[in-house]
Amino acid sequence: MALADKDRIFTNVYGFQPWNVDAAIARGDWDNTKDLLALGQDKIIDIMKASGLRGRGGAGFPTGMKWSFMPKESKDGRPSFLVINADESEPGSCKDREIIRHDPHKLIEGALVAGFAMRARAAYIYIRGEYIREAETLFAAVAEAYDRGFLGKNACGSGYDFDVFVHRGAGAYICGEETAMLESLEGKKGQPRLKPPFPAGAGLYGCPTTVNNVESIAVAPTILRRGAAWFASFGREKNEGTKLFQISGHVNTPCVVEEEMSISFRELIERHCGGIRGGWDNLLAVIPGGSSVPLVPAAQIMDAPMDFDGLKALGSGLGTAAVIVMDKSTDIVRAISRLSYFYKHESCGQCTPCREGTGWMWRVMERLRTGDADLSEIDTLQQVTKQVEGHTICALGDAAAWPIQGLIRHFRPEIERRITEKRGGGLAPMMEAAE
Amino acid sequence: MPKLKVDGIEVEVPQGATVLQACEAAGKEIPRFCYHERLSIAGNCRMCLVEVKPGPPKPQASCALPAADNQEVFTTTPMVKQAREGVMEFLLINHPLDCPICDQGGECDLQDQSMAYGRGQSRYDENKRAVTEKYMGPIVKTVMTRCIQCTRCVRFAEEVAGVEEIGAIYRGEDMQITSYLEQAVTSELSGNVVDLCPVGALTSKPYAFEARPWELKKTLAIDVMDAVGTNIRLDSRGRQVLRALPVINEDVNEEWASDKTRHAVDGLVRRRLDRPYIRVNGKLQPASWEEAFAAIKAVDAGSSVAAIHGDLVDCETLFAAKALLQSLGSSLLEGRQTGMDYDASNLAAVNFNTTIAGTERADAILIVGSNVRWEAPLVNTRIRKAIKRGARVFAIGPQTELTYKVEWLGADLSILGKLPEAVLDAFGKAERPMVIVGGAALKGGQGASLALVGSLNLVRTLEDGTAWNGYNVLHMAAARNGGLMLGYHQPGGLADVVAARPKLAFFLGADEVDYARFDTSFKVYVGHHGDKGAGAADVVLPGASYAEKSGTWVNLEGRVQRGERAVFPPGDAREDWTIFRALSAVLGQTLPFDTLEELRAAMAYDTPLLAGLGLAALEWKPPVLDAVASGTLAGYPIQDFYLTNAICRASPTMQECSSVITHGAQLAEAAE
Repeated sequence: MALADKDRIFTNVYGFQPWNVDAAIARGDWDNTKDLLALGQDKIIDIMKASGLRGRGGAGFPTGMKWSFMPKESKDGRPSFLVINADESEPGSCKDREIIRHDPHKLIEGALVAGFAMRARAAYIYIRGEYIREAETLFAAVAEAYDRGFLGKNACGSGYDFDVFVHRGAGAYICGEETAMLESLEGKKGQPRLKPPFPAGAGLYGCPTTVNNVESIAVAPTILRRGAAWFASFGREKNEGTKLFQISGHVNTPCVVEEEMSISFRELIERHCGGIRGGWDNLLAVIPGGSSVPLVPAAQIMDAPMDFDGLKALGSGLGTAAVIVMDKSTDIVRAISRLSYFYKHESCGQCTPCREGTGWMWRVMERLRTGDADLSEIDTLQQVTKQVEGHTICALGDAAAWPIQGLIRHFRPEIERRITEKRGGGLAPMMEAAE
Repeated sequence: MPKLKVDGIEVEVPQGATVLQACEAAGKEIPRFCYHERLSIAGNCRMCLVEVKPGPPKPQASCALPAADNQEVFTTTPMVKQAREGVMEFLLINHPLDCPICDQGGECDLQDQSMAYGRGQSRYDENKRAVTEKYMGPIVKTVMTRCIQCTRCVRFAEEVAGVEEIGAIYRGEDMQITSYLEQAVTSELSGNVVDLCPVGALTSKPYAFEARPWELKKTLAIDVMDAVGTNIRLDSRGRQVLRALPVINEDVNEEWASDKTRHAVDGLVRRRLDRPYIRVNGKLQPASWEEAFAAIKAVDAGSSVAAIHGDLVDCETLFAAKALLQSLGSSLLEGRQTGMDYDASNLAAVNFNTTIAGTERADAILIVGSNVRWEAPLVNTRIRKAIKRGARVFAIGPQTELTYKVEWLGADLSILGKLPEAVLDAFGKAERPMVIVGGAALKGGQGASLALVGSLNLVRTLEDGTAWNGYNVLHMAAARNGGLMLGYHQPGGLADVVAARPKLAFFLGADEVDYARFDTSFKVYVGHHGDKGAGAADVVLPGASYAEKSGTWVNLEGRVQRGERAVFPPGDAREDWTIFRALSAVLGQTLPFDTLEELRAAMAYDTPLLAGLGLAALEWKPPVLDAVASGTLAGYPIQDFYLTNAICRASPTMQECSSVITHGAQLAEAAE
């Protein structure tokens, strides 16, 4: 059972049609948006809750519930804001990019609907600095929407005033963390804030703010049009809906594809990616949700359902559904070491465990890669990851720790092999000691 | 008032308190680096982690977590212990272990806490990080390799000092703290970052490699560099004061001190008067005390004698001189060296009545002719706090950078008579209005500013029943309020003294007087530095500086404070009151006190306001003066913050600060 074409939300994800507003309207976007808004805020949030949509940015928090945290009225005159996280920088993730460059009006319409539902005055789309062409498209698409009267005063003739601003980042991964994004939007150094206060209470410029992923927002209008039940009919319970999977690595045809949630890994790869390079026996491991989730070895992932709970059960996570497939030609230690370097490079430096720990972990990983280490250092490294995990302000510390923990959990023999081989066989340390 | 349990101990803390404060209330020590009571919460060092139920199954930063009802906090569980050890290990992996050559040694938070909460050894085998030094000016020495990125200095500069000149660049483990473009930090409070720095990254440049903290004798004293009366601790070794540090006094200086307070102390050992001098044939010649006294006796001035005091003098000296003059039959006392002649008939009318701490609560402030930032930096920080709470600030005078948003009304004093609508509106709505009159405006604007007391209703009873007096005069001299209390003021100011043409004139550390006006007087300079006063004197009697005597000073808000002696005066110099006591015997008018205690008793009898310590009870009875103000304020009295008195002019550190910070821009321009 696979997702039928008629059930796809992102109908132009491959860019076969133009992105512009006319083409978007032909695809069904901006179709009586006024009627969607006429449902009223509470009804929209109810539908979103009923649809079972969980945030597509990685954490999987129920989107409707998140919207419902926003204040129903402003007691002190502060406006509310919607911030859309398009700072897609997670290694492996590339879904927001496809949405923005080929289907930007889905996002903009979603911004209006979501912003209206949470009584926001405006939406800020924070787009990754490296997405230059995508930002150009997005700027142009927003201008089109203003020209058609879809945004601005009396948006879509609904009587609701709503603005959308596009803000370009400057190339920092950490600005994809929601509070660091708010800092960056305010013009400050992108460093995560302490919580509480949560953004829904005091976010952008101290005003109530909700930060949502591009995909979560872009699917909202379609869910409202086709109904919560339709969306909830895909996937397992609590993991409902469709999802853009981004498969990269050692598959025959890497791709971004919209599929049902809970599709099995094997089906996903066979149907859309032409199978594993060299056949299923050649599969080594998979990072199923972008670089910050632990890897899963081949045997465990093959028939696992690709959803939040299914991957959590394997000690990993769905993340952004950026599936990184690695066959047996992969130097798995080097692969994880490279990810460690990424986190060391992207740590903001604000809090101690992450600032100091990411560099330490990467340096040990580099030595483990070459085997230039002591066996006891594997345990030390494991302990260091535990000292980072859960001790930091934001989740980057966790994200830096998990890939290494996954590696040690599943590939410890491989690491040990390198160390002992480097020493000229297992006996070498003993002989050394005897001398 | 949330009630919670800390390690089983039930505590109740005020609403809005953090878990860390609750732990302290329960008597539990929580290690911390980035958290500081007077700065915003950063939560970045992660040293204060505790276990909290209910909550996620991971340790929480107690400094940033609000205390809530029914919380259970654990500070000694294995989870907490491991978390602390882990953070400590991380902090140390890139920290150089150069404690033996680090000036912070012995008073280092990192050292202390690693002993208490660390593992004792590191598992880190890689190379350590090295960071290049940053230039932050003549006061702050940097060894940035030692930095643990707690950002206290950044927050201090931004929040308290009001200069956004310290910040972090780069990210991750490459993050570095630096000053803007690596230029000197242009704050007169920059020295405080040295105290704030929990490690040896920011240390005191003038004090570098001078001493270890355990070698120093610590003496509580009162600072005399401005009229705030900063409570300080003088750290001395042998006969030399090596450094001055602020002591916490919430009513006065909180825990800050200006750079002048901290670093003028190296002027205490330079250009000192260590023996008496007599002018012979136009040149000052060394002399003995007997010869000097004989020369004064030879003037045979009778009652034609005057005393003029300088800015740093303590009340005991002032009283001894006053007592001598009284016994000689004179009351020609004056302390306003530059010729100010404002009406001092009611002391409350020339006092900072709102009090320094009360300034924080003001909601509308009008500054008249005062560069508060230079005249009283620690009052300026209080104004900043008031602004943070929503106060609006207006100012009359030449525009200058006060570190906060000021609505400038112009430099014409006549504005006092016709305040713009915006000011009247703000003061009309204000519950706690405040007017601050500086030295520049007292000359032409005292009457007009006093008239505001009525028109702006500055003296009132607040809703909670307490009294509020929003009329303030901001003095700049530490000796001013004490001098005024002791009667060192003539109706016409210094001009009255000049007009009386005294045969004999005592100058008590007075270095800002125009000595040409006293060319007919026999000038006796009693002071500690060879500055302008000594250069003009006929007889020089070497006295003691503020660090070398136990003395009483009254700060600008009328707070009587006492400092103790840290070191002895150099050479033949003596404590000033003993000089007058000895001279009185030579002049045949022996003063009736032989000890400091007797002097203080006599002083308390003479001036009951000085009898006790603390805020003096001044009676509010403002004089009725001509309310028409005129004249334009051309500038402020202080031209150079770092060189306002004889001690700082003798201090190499203050000289350097002056050339780098005050005149840095001009020098750079001249070089081009």
